[in-house]
Amino acid sequence: MFDISYQSLLAQLLVGLINGCFYAILSMGLAIIFGLLNIVNFTHGAQFMMAAFLAWIGFTQLPQWLGESVQINFWVALLLAPVIVGGVGIVIERTLLKRLYHLDHLYGLLLTFGIALMMEGGFRYFYGISGVGYEPPELLQGGFDLDFMYLPGYRAFVVVASLSICLLTWYLFERTRLGAMLRAGTENPRLLQAFGVNVPVMITLTYGFGVALAGVAGVLAAPVMQINPLMGSNLLNIVFAVVVIGGLGSIMGAIVTGLALGLLEGLTKVFYPEASTVVVFVVMAVVLLVRPAGLFGKEK
Amino acid sequence: MGRIARVPMAIRILAILLVPALLVPLFPQVVYPVFVMKVLCFALFAVAFNLLTGYTGLVSFGHAAFFGWAGYTTGQMMLLFGPSGLPPELAILFGVAMAAAVGYVIGGLAIRRTGIYFAMITLALSQVAYFMAVQVRWTRGEDGMQGIPRGKFLGLVDLSVDNHMYYFTLAVFVLGFLFVYRVIHSPFGQILKAIRDNSPRAVSLGYDTDRCKLLAFVLSAAVAGLAGSLKALVLQLVALNDVSLPTSTEVLLMTLLGGLGTVWGPILGATLVVSLQNYLATLGDVVTIVIGLIFVLCVSFFRRGFVGEWLALLQWSKARGAAAAVTVGAASGQRKGGDAGDVDSAPVGRTT
Repeated sequence: MFDISYQSLLAQLLVGLINGCFYAILSMGLAIIFGLLNIVNFTHGAQFMMAAFLAWIGFTQLPQWLGESVQINFWVALLLAPVIVGGVGIVIERTLLKRLYHLDHLYGLLLTFGIALMMEGGFRYFYGISGVGYEPPELLQGGFDLDFMYLPGYRAFVVVASLSICLLTWYLFERTRLGAMLRAGTENPRLLQAFGVNVPVMITLTYGFGVALAGVAGVLAAPVMQINPLMGSNLLNIVFAVVVIGGLGSIMGAIVTGLALGLLEGLTKVFYPEASTVVVFVVMAVVLLVRPAGLFGKEK
Repeated sequence: MGRIARVPMAIRILAILLVPALLVPLFPQVVYPVFVMKVLCFALFAVAFNLLTGYTGLVSFGHAAFFGWAGYTTGQMMLLFGPSGLPPELAILFGVAMAAAVGYVIGGLAIRRTGIYFAMITLALSQVAYFMAVQVRWTRGEDGMQGIPRGKFLGLVDLSVDNHMYYFTLAVFVLGFLFVYRVIHSPFGQILKAIRDNSPRAVSLGYDTDRCKLLAFVLSAAVAGLAGSLKALVLQLVALNDVSLPTSTEVLLMTLLGGLGTVWGPILGATLVVSLQNYLATLGDVVTIVIGLIFVLCVSFFRRGFVGEWLALLQWSKARGAAAAVTVGAASGQRKGGDAGDVDSAPVGRTT
């Protein structure tokens, strides 16, 4: 059991770190949306999946439909897909979610869950469940031969990009004037509105932003994961456990918990592979027993 | 007086519904008995789910764990001992015990948080139950259990005859339904509703709400297990789908569509959803889209479900009638207007 090579340990840790990056971005998006809308966005996984599919469609399907000259490459998709996914999110918020704010949280949860089912069913209808592949962009193919391990270029990029997004979002929310307003909206939206801030628009844009974050994660994930209609909800199950562990109260909490659990999962794959699918849930159970409010929890 | 007048009403409706139910096997060309049995299994499942989500206000996304694992347990018992070895009622009992045990573990963890966190915890833990079903050998993984023998009830009645199985299923359903009905209308059931409507107040009145929630969870899991065991015998197969998220979703949809926190809602909802699946079965993936669409429509336009909206309408017309009469007792009159069993619908529909 302990004759594991240094190489495979590092390789698994890298895989774990990448998964952790996705957990971090997704749970951060959930936390941002929950803070202002009081809704747990069950559509998050479907939106993540949708962005990955959009990137794939832009790269492989559009040229077939519209001719060779129309091809969306990875870099454009990285910008465009989150905008589209966020835009769809804004439409959903304006038409459906908006009507539920005065009700119990659970209705928002059920509604977003229904939308997720529709999205997944739609993609399954058109593309089946077997999934498709997406090549990393040319610029990042190949890798670096460090002395102790081989580092694939794209994976390194995913880690750097994800961590930058996390830190930028954290900075935006915790250190800027806009962030201060958003946090004020979390605490007391009516008072904020009385100060002349257009809170409904702020809520809409926040939902769009949180969803766009899921979109960024989806495009980043497209080359490292199998793109299939259920990729998002499989990931979201784990992200929910992450959120229960870390709490939805703080952005830094979501980032740290996401990364830590990704790494832990990678380690488990090395030392006890059978448990790697459930280790996050086991940690969740332990946290619930020891510290029911969660690690960074302020129960709402 | 209110309670005494209520109980016979629900029983009366049950008796009226039982008449066509008893006649089903005589007209197989009208309704296929196996279809009705499937409806009964899912209706019982939804009734169990409603006990937790409708009356205690805790939304579970993981009820398939109890349904599926009970089915696996019952199926394995019947397969191990063969058609004439173990009486099916004993195998069902094992299934229920398994579901209650799983419910104790999942419920014990989930009740430590409330609201949306509760939903996420049940979802996550039922995922663990699913992974275990994939990995444990005796559940037969992807293949699932097939050809489960139905056995002989009390060693006498051969359930492999569809008509015998039908009456057995109907009897188990009625017993399960009456059990849940009794729980809801017991003092314990009143505490559950108090927890749902105002948990801090229930605590301040001295109730151990955690214990009540856990008990409600285990009871709900056990009855869901009863439904799962029954389904294993009726369809003679248990597959991974029975422990997976889509099944948890379906039971939630059935209850929501019929009416959360109403006595008859889950049964109506189960009938509708199972029929819908029957009709759309050939369309494959479209079913998921339709189910998602029903969720969205239901939450957007009739949150109380069919039965809940109907009761609200009755109450509203009664209140209007009372207001027109302008009698002194009008205000108290409208509160008694719950003839179909329960008016206390819309459990999660309060503003917060």
